[in-house]
Amino acid sequence: MADQTASHSYAPEYPWWLQPIATVVILSAFALYSIWVAFQARGYVAPYLSPFYSPPVRVGAIPISPAWWVVWVPAGFRATCYYYRKAYYRSFFRDPVSCMIGESRRRYAGETAFPFILNNLHRFLLYLAIIVLAFLWRDTVAAFFFDGRFGVHLGSLVFLVNVVLLSGYTVGCHAFRHMVGGNLDCYSCARGGRVRYRLWQWVNPFNHQHAPWAWASLFSVAAADVYVRLLMAGVISDPKLF
Amino acid sequence: MADWYEARRYDVLVIGAGGAGLRAAIAAAEAGVKVGLVCKSLLGKAHTVMAEGGIAAALGNLDPNDNWEVHFADTMRGGQRINDYRMVEIFAKEAPERVYELERWGGLFDRTPEGKILQRPFGAHTYRRLCHVGDRTGLELIRTLQDRAVHSGVEVLMEVTLSRLLKDGDRIAGAFGYRREDGRFIAIGAKAVILATGGWGKVYKVTSNSWECTGDGCAMAYEAGAELMDMEMVQFHPTGMVWPPGVRGILVTEAVRGEGGILRNAKGERFMQTYDPKKLELSSRDVVSRSIYKEVEAGRGSPHGGAFLDVSHRGAEYIKKKLPSMYEQFLKLADVDITKGPMEVAPTIHYVMGGVRVAPGEGASTVPGLFAAGEVAAGLHGANRLGGNSLSDLVVFGKRAGEHAARYAKGVDGDPRIDDGQADEERRLLLRPFDSGSTENPYELHAELQEAMGTHAGIARTGEGLRAGLDKILSLQERAERMRAAGSLLYNPGWHACRDVRFMLILCEAIFRAAIERTESRGAHWRLDFPDQDAGWGRKNLVVQRGDRGMTVSTRSVPEVPPQLARLLEATA
Amino acid sequence: MTDATLHVFRGDKTGGDLRTYQVPVTEGMVVLDAIHYIQQHEDSTLACRWNCKAAKCGSCSAEVNGKPRLMCKTRLDQFMGSPVTVRPLAAFPLIKDLVTDVSWNYRVNQEIPPFTPARDDTGPWRMYPEDVDRMFEFRRCIECFLCQDVCHVLREHDGTSRYYGPRFMVRIAGLEMHPKDTVSRAHLLRGRGGIGFCNITKCCEEVCPEEIHITDNAIIPLKERVADEYFDPWRALLRAFRGRREPRGT
Repeated sequence: MADQTASHSYAPEYPWWLQPIATVVILSAFALYSIWVAFQARGYVAPYLSPFYSPPVRVGAIPISPAWWVVWVPAGFRATCYYYRKAYYRSFFRDPVSCMIGESRRRYAGETAFPFILNNLHRFLLYLAIIVLAFLWRDTVAAFFFDGRFGVHLGSLVFLVNVVLLSGYTVGCHAFRHMVGGNLDCYSCARGGRVRYRLWQWVNPFNHQHAPWAWASLFSVAAADVYVRLLMAGVISDPKLF
Repeated sequence: MADWYEARRYDVLVIGAGGAGLRAAIAAAEAGVKVGLVCKSLLGKAHTVMAEGGIAAALGNLDPNDNWEVHFADTMRGGQRINDYRMVEIFAKEAPERVYELERWGGLFDRTPEGKILQRPFGAHTYRRLCHVGDRTGLELIRTLQDRAVHSGVEVLMEVTLSRLLKDGDRIAGAFGYRREDGRFIAIGAKAVILATGGWGKVYKVTSNSWECTGDGCAMAYEAGAELMDMEMVQFHPTGMVWPPGVRGILVTEAVRGEGGILRNAKGERFMQTYDPKKLELSSRDVVSRSIYKEVEAGRGSPHGGAFLDVSHRGAEYIKKKLPSMYEQFLKLADVDITKGPMEVAPTIHYVMGGVRVAPGEGASTVPGLFAAGEVAAGLHGANRLGGNSLSDLVVFGKRAGEHAARYAKGVDGDPRIDDGQADEERRLLLRPFDSGSTENPYELHAELQEAMGTHAGIARTGEGLRAGLDKILSLQERAERMRAAGSLLYNPGWHACRDVRFMLILCEAIFRAAIERTESRGAHWRLDFPDQDAGWGRKNLVVQRGDRGMTVSTRSVPEVPPQLARLLEATA
Repeated sequence: MTDATLHVFRGDKTGGDLRTYQVPVTEGMVVLDAIHYIQQHEDSTLACRWNCKAAKCGSCSAEVNGKPRLMCKTRLDQFMGSPVTVRPLAAFPLIKDLVTDVSWNYRVNQEIPPFTPARDDTGPWRMYPEDVDRMFEFRRCIECFLCQDVCHVLREHDGTSRYYGPRFMVRIAGLEMHPKDTVSRAHLLRGRGGIGFCNITKCCEEVCPEEIHITDNAIIPLKERVADEYFDPWRALLRAFRGRREPRGT
């Protein structure tokens, strides 16, 4: 107590550890599930293509699951995402585990050194993620066509919800917000400045809710895949709604 | 130079780092002299940050008919014509350029759709004239000036209290005081000193002023022999918070009434219809304050002795957008949702129009080498200040004082001599509270002086009351010689309070003495025994000065407005 | 009238501990009122900073029950009668009691290149609402330094030599996004400013009394600007090809 200069921490009454533990459990579970899914090598039941397998890429005759060619894009996009960074720095690396709670590790380089300096490349993963997202929209459109005829099944809605959540998450990306207008200093003087100002304003609400979008879309991706897998396994049927 | 104090030397020493002090320091530094800036708090915390409404300047961005002449006339009329017209003329002419300058230094104002600075209406200004940033204009002003100053080569000494101006013969030689952090004494030699220490609202209990507003500059100037003017003129802002007790006096911005707020008494009557049926709630500050006071006196006050101010009819969304900090303030501190019901308000001490008498345009006091700018200087606002005029006062006269002080300093041959005898004398005064014979609690004395001011020098004054108040202050001055401090010199608020009380008692005395003399009612000075304006007093300012046998009061003629300017007053009256 | 129990840190560089005070509670009382009560009635040597008492100046920062807050804005009734612990900001060297030496912040501010418009651009300026709107948030900062206190880089990792802290990221964002400013501070941010040390864990946002979105609106956009400059080969190529389009200073 006497040594005021030393870092002193508090043990507040509220259960501050709840959030980091939940984050660790959910993110770990999702990572394990993704790996398991990728090893399945299959993720399609007409007309639904699992988001883990889209776009379906085959490179020559290399005999690995097509998911491996794709999942690194959304995985990398999320790993470098400004929101997930907060989540894993806090819960996995305890830097800090919660505000005002003392830290154990003394060496700290933040994002100035390998590996976390790579997080600065977030924008490139955004570019790739946008391409993947375009394919997911294509898959979602396909999910409304059954033998060439338009229809709405439960799966169609699962896919629609998923792709909407993923889009909300992508549009709210900080790098996206920077790209569409945040990098300008003077909207009234730049060419196309006012349009970009409006775009920037439009993405702001998404950006401010980036965390909920991130979690919701994480669950929806898993849900879409689970749905596909249950259909493939014949556990459930795909009820037709319209 | 002795070894028991820290010694510093500048060409120009600026005391106070609010808007006026910062602007003066910048001006002096840009004139090429070495500048030291001293403040009692941390940099950027000065009372200027609490200014809400805006800075008045006749840019004419919304009302093209506005110009310096109209601003001149409004200000003269607001001050009941005992202002120094030469100051008002300079002020009205230069305010717009000072505002644009703030913008060039990085200040940001709210804007019109055409990209110009937005201006809002305010009490007794003919046109929309207040440049503003939401309801935090003062913060913007101080941050802008602060960043400019620290990058102009101004040396800033934070948390230093100065308590005596040092003199070399008749002229200024510097100032002496101590560092709040550890009580180290400090003597700062300077060829010129600029006082920018603000007002002394803390002599009243119910005030919107922060603890710093103890009138240091004015008290030091008095002790150094400078003339003080218009000391009887103390402005009540009509709307301060009333309840809970901890927030009593905190400002409720005039913008609430500007946005349509209605004042009602306990019986639900809109009483301003009786007192000023034309301007109603947007009458001038002295009139609204008196009206609330009269309602309370007549037994029609709110439960905690005020009036009800209701703006809830404007709707929740509108209020949250236009008055965000008022909404926050009442919700967080008073549990009152102003979008749903009325707030309780009462007059609160807000501003002092009087202060150090200065040469118009230069800021030079009657002591060679001593300058003053901002609230501590007198002459611009006369008997009543208009809202928004104080921020422009700071930058217009801050700049001028800085320039003239720098010019004066350049003309001084050699450094003025620091007299260790004067420093030692002040040190002994400062250390007196640690003497064994000291018994008085400075906080109690402070409370008693506030009580005396509130009771006898409040909104409504009488000769009898003022004389009783003066007696009380004189007896407090005696007791103040025995103020007690415990502990060490290390950051010791109780010890700091001793010096503040000593200074405030000087200012209380000046207020009472001047108020006793002015046997009329004018602007903020309302005498129940002399309820009318008196033409003779309208030509006189009261001047307080230190004499051989204590404080003396005399009169000075108000400078006569030349015909071409007098016409402006008639034309728009 | 009931009493509140306050544990207030008392001490200086040589050491100190919590001391307990009983303070009578009045309606709507805030922590700063209680501290003033102690000063006036029990111990006039208790040191704390304060100015406006209306949450506008940012002077009375302290750690109340383990959270950095403004004492003037912290109501006692929210603690429902349980004891309240008041400590000084831990990220800065102690002077005495609740007063800490925050002068480092002022030195940092001095290192940041000030607002610099083009020399010949003297105004009056036309700046449209859309050009300045987002900067008002940054200008709201009252420099209470609660964000600096809670920032784990400054607090736990002796970061004051490596990172300017959230307050000055906000300050720099307000300069960098100003339509009339001609200086780039990207180099400063990556170097002495140490923006890379921020790992965007957002504790600063949680304590800001002005509710500035420090991380989302200031730090991350600045990180993106630094990335434009240093982590984007594509843009570097474009720049090399076209040359810089806007005048840039240091």
